Amino acid sequence: MFPYCTDPSTLDGLAWLSCYLTTSKHMMLFYSLGTVLLLLAVTAPTALAFGFAGASAAKSHIAPLRWLGKLYIAIVRGVPDIAFFLFFVIALDQLFEWARHQIKCPDWADPIRQGNDFVVCAAAKLPLGTSPQWVHEVYGFTLAVLTFAIVFGAFAANVLFGAMRAVPHAQMETAYAYGMSKRQAFWRVLVPQMWVYALPGLSNLWMVLIKATPLLFLLGVEDIVYWARELGASKTPRYTDYPHPDWRMWYFLGLLIFYLGFTRISELVLDRIMRRLSHGQATAAGEAQRRAEA
Amino acid sequence: MSCWQTIQDYGLRSIGIGERLLPKADFTLCHQFTLIGSGMLWNIYFGVIALIAGFFLANMLAVAKNAQNPLFRKPAEWFIFIFRGSPLFIQFFFGYFLFLSLKQIAPGLSALTSAWLGALIVLFFNTAAYSGEIFYGALRTVPKGEMEAADAYGFSGWKKFRRITWPTTLRLAWPAYTNEAIFLFHATTLVFFSGFPAWRQKGDALYYASYFAEKTFNPFVPYPILAGYFILLTLIVLAIFGLINRYLNRHLPQEQRRKIHLRPKLIR
Repeated sequence: MFPYCTDPSTLDGLAWLSCYLTTSKHMMLFYSLGTVLLLLAVTAPTALAFGFAGASAAKSHIAPLRWLGKLYIAIVRGVPDIAFFLFFVIALDQLFEWARHQIKCPDWADPIRQGNDFVVCAAAKLPLGTSPQWVHEVYGFTLAVLTFAIVFGAFAANVLFGAMRAVPHAQMETAYAYGMSKRQAFWRVLVPQMWVYALPGLSNLWMVLIKATPLLFLLGVEDIVYWARELGASKTPRYTDYPHPDWRMWYFLGLLIFYLGFTRISELVLDRIMRRLSHGQATAAGEAQRRAEA
Repeated sequence: MSCWQTIQDYGLRSIGIGERLLPKADFTLCHQFTLIGSGMLWNIYFGVIALIAGFFLANMLAVAKNAQNPLFRKPAEWFIFIFRGSPLFIQFFFGYFLFLSLKQIAPGLSALTSAWLGALIVLFFNTAAYSGEIFYGALRTVPKGEMEAADAYGFSGWKKFRRITWPTTLRLAWPAYTNEAIFLFHATTLVFFSGFPAWRQKGDALYYASYFAEKTFNPFVPYPILAGYFILLTLIVLAIFGLINRYLNRHLPQEQRRKIHLRPKLIR
């Protein structure tokens, strides 16, 4: 990276460290920190959409839809979520391949499940065996995002379902009295008001989502955990210009501090948003603010 | 091979009793049920010990965090912040590699690098921090009237804490603590995916479930079995904690008793 890095064996102290931490491998580590942020940026809105759909379904007047929504909310509660992560990645992958198989190779005679193997025709493989490396990575990442969205969507659905019920009933009755249909009352009265009630739960969920990102490692994405293990392992002079003993402990300490900082900043920002949102609201927090100002 | 034979061979496989080799082919439903159930022994072991040991540390942490003296308060605040603010998964990794380096300095500490002790310590600290925060919150919401009544009756110091403050704290915290206990059991599934090696393939329920999913390319059998076991475990924990909750609330009229509600909290 720096001009003085041409011969690392002559360096020591901070100069050595500055060169060591900017090798191309370490750039991959920093790049994977970006992957975590990207995952959060993509997953949070997707999970919120899943959650909204689930909560609306659970409040639906059509019975099968309501059961589906309630089942979606209920099923994630009793089971360790990591099991869902491991399950959905394989299940989604097989679902996509099976669907493509049905469309692309309708005259394939052999069964898909042959004993212990899952076999689809070559054209239905995802990603195609011939596609470049980055397609594989993007596909893996997409599966991870979908899995996160499904699992966290169920939790968001739970929060939003509670928030919908927390909106005072009189508001809905007034809407009906003004002649709004159920659909209108839902979109114009219930949805705009529910967010204040949902925010504490959602911010809690955001913190949990941050802390769930290292599980990307289990989904086969080359994430920070992968690189920390890779880079921290002891290196001999034969393979690298920067030999060092087993430093994995320090790498994971770094990750620990990264996450602590991240959750702390989120906490401060969310506190601020909550204070802003409860300003002027008829809730305990809003009342306390009014008293403090008066 | 009959199912009874399979249970004899693999029922205690996760703790090293029975058949040495895991089944390699011809997986039957019985195989999957037996081995995953055998793995549950580890989940129960981690959960129960960490919960019991963590309970005591959590109470100390809550009292320390509530103390006026910063000498007690600051360490408790930092302990709780560090273990609640970072992912358990990273804590496991860090703990494992920390123990690995400790082992090189002092070979006597080699037991720390195996899951049964090392992971247990991490889980113990983690649950202590989470429940410490719960107990701290409850300690802050003990009704003022009860404290004043205790003063009026001449209680003070340790006796006041032991007879008045602490039982009320426990009663107030119990519903949230029940949830903590349930999710601690769920968190135990992370152990063998986070550095700690499963020695001689003695793993927990999720370890065996993913073994079957990997070997059969079929996630639709082992994971639902695992889910079933965990739902059962959740119900058992709920029942036991419900009984304790009833005991803690026995002096209150029916309508004032606090009910336990299952709240999802997920990974930490």
